[in-house]
Amino acid sequence: MEFFSPVEYEIFLLSLRVAFWGVICSLPFAILVALLLARYSFPGKFILNTIVHMPLVVPPVVIGYLLLLIFGNNGVLGRWLFEVFQISIAFTWKGAALAASVMAFPLMVRAIRLSLDLLDIELEEAAATLGAGPFKKFISVTLPLILPGIIVGTLLGFARSLGEFGATITFVSNIPGETQTLPLAMFKYIQTPGGDFQALRLMTLSVILAVGALIISELVERKLKARNL
Amino acid sequence: MLSVEIKKALETLTLDVKFEVNAGTVTALFGKSGAGKTTTVHSIAGLIKPDDGEITLNNKVLFNHHLRTNLPVYRRKIGFVFQSARLFPHMTVKKNLLFGLPRPNKIHIKITLDMVTKLLDLSSLLDRRPQTLSGGERQRVSIGRALLSQPDLLLMDEPLSSIDLHLRAEILPFIQKIVAEVQIPVIYVTHSIEEAIYLADNMVLISEGQILQEGSVEAVMNRLDLYPVTGRYDSGTVISAQFLNYDKGFDIGELKFPGGILKVPGLNGKIGDNFRAHVKARDVSVSLKKPKDVSILNLFNGKIIDIRIDNSPQVDILIDIGIPLIARITRKSLSELQLTKGTKLFTMVKAVAIDKKSIGHIQNSIT
Repeated sequence: MEFFSPVEYEIFLLSLRVAFWGVICSLPFAILVALLLARYSFPGKFILNTIVHMPLVVPPVVIGYLLLLIFGNNGVLGRWLFEVFQISIAFTWKGAALAASVMAFPLMVRAIRLSLDLLDIELEEAAATLGAGPFKKFISVTLPLILPGIIVGTLLGFARSLGEFGATITFVSNIPGETQTLPLAMFKYIQTPGGDFQALRLMTLSVILAVGALIISELVERKLKARNL
Repeated sequence: MLSVEIKKALETLTLDVKFEVNAGTVTALFGKSGAGKTTTVHSIAGLIKPDDGEITLNNKVLFNHHLRTNLPVYRRKIGFVFQSARLFPHMTVKKNLLFGLPRPNKIHIKITLDMVTKLLDLSSLLDRRPQTLSGGERQRVSIGRALLSQPDLLLMDEPLSSIDLHLRAEILPFIQKIVAEVQIPVIYVTHSIEEAIYLADNMVLISEGQILQEGSVEAVMNRLDLYPVTGRYDSGTVISAQFLNYDKGFDIGELKFPGGILKVPGLNGKIGDNFRAHVKARDVSVSLKKPKDVSILNLFNGKIIDIRIDNSPQVDILIDIGIPLIARITRKSLSELQLTKGTKLFTMVKAVAIDKKSIGHIQNSIT
């Protein structure tokens, strides 16, 4: 790696790891919540919908602080996790991934829900008349047909996770090598006298990553559309 | 055997029907759109839950309001052919066909892929995607797919309505073939008299959520008082007949029925083959004296057994010519000829009016 300095390389890999795990862990829940919101009516649906969309409208620092209250070492869940499993999330890269996943969640749910709304429910009816129970119906009809929405949602969530700043710095601070992702590193260099050049380099990297994710998302969507139409 | 007795309140009407369908027979559920036909078959399949009643198939309870039984769709073993084919766009034709095929260890496979491919002429389509098929091809695949799920009952909800008129005649023989080949009860929903006559043994006439009449196609179609439902323009007599002779020189087929011989242009078949002809009431005219020097080939003696008069300038008269035949004449003619019940007369059916479309070739003999 001639282009990257070792420090940049570390920042780059950490950002990818945080974004990757953040998205992977929230994807199953995003599909589940999208299904619940798109297909079922139940008491409390409005509340669920509001909670899911909170990260979109609330200042990220609020989400970060909430995470700290819940998952911090003295938080409700955080203490329990530490006592039972010896797991500590706050101030680790896992915490950064959690913050990223919470912030990306509404974007993923929205993309998946949109493709569920567009899916012809008649095809699922047809599958049922052919003897497909709920599981087979979901795996062989619903899931393949909403795949474009899942992929778009995942890539959007990935790009959002790469850029996550406010919730992350509040929840897990800015620790080099542990929680210092691209935006956090940029922030540090901007604050450091003479760090402008380094900040610019990181900014370029950040833009390339984000644009790359968007291009891949566009290509995948096109390919899937060509296959299904 | 399928037994249906359901009630369901809909937006504009209350569906309240009770009927039975026997194994190996085709029952046409016939009526105008909005009469409750689709709701009925959707209830049988389990796609809609009725408010009250019971549905049983081969002594298995599919739905019973009082016992709170409501078997889910996928456990009913009912094949459904929808108005639009509803093929899975992300699968090839072959994968679509095999979608509902149960695992061989679970159930005896009566209907195989080879059989369906041959019967519906699908071999050239197997590797294609549904998006590249024509409407008729899609519907053929959809019928094959439903059959391969080894259903105990096949429901067809106006399967030809989304297909161009000139292509429908192409599909009907396929449906007829599978009905003859696969001995399961079939319910065929339609508002086309032609399709009902072509395919069905029995008919359930449904109007505004109620069953008006049920019975053999012949019996139901020959009722004068059912015109408001069957539609006046197309109404007429259904005649069951056997093929007797083919006049090669003039290209005319002769069908023997209890009232005599019906000559049909352009019809050929094997002697003894069973046919069903639809003679529209407006193509039948009457004469008190035996007509001479007329172009009409089909001439029958008869006696008036019923007259139906309403406010329109036309009247329908039911004439016994060995079977009941319906003729439509003007009220003026009725009055001038002084026709009443019991009047003896000659009945003429224009041969060219009986087109091939109104002739059904019945493969299993009619009882």
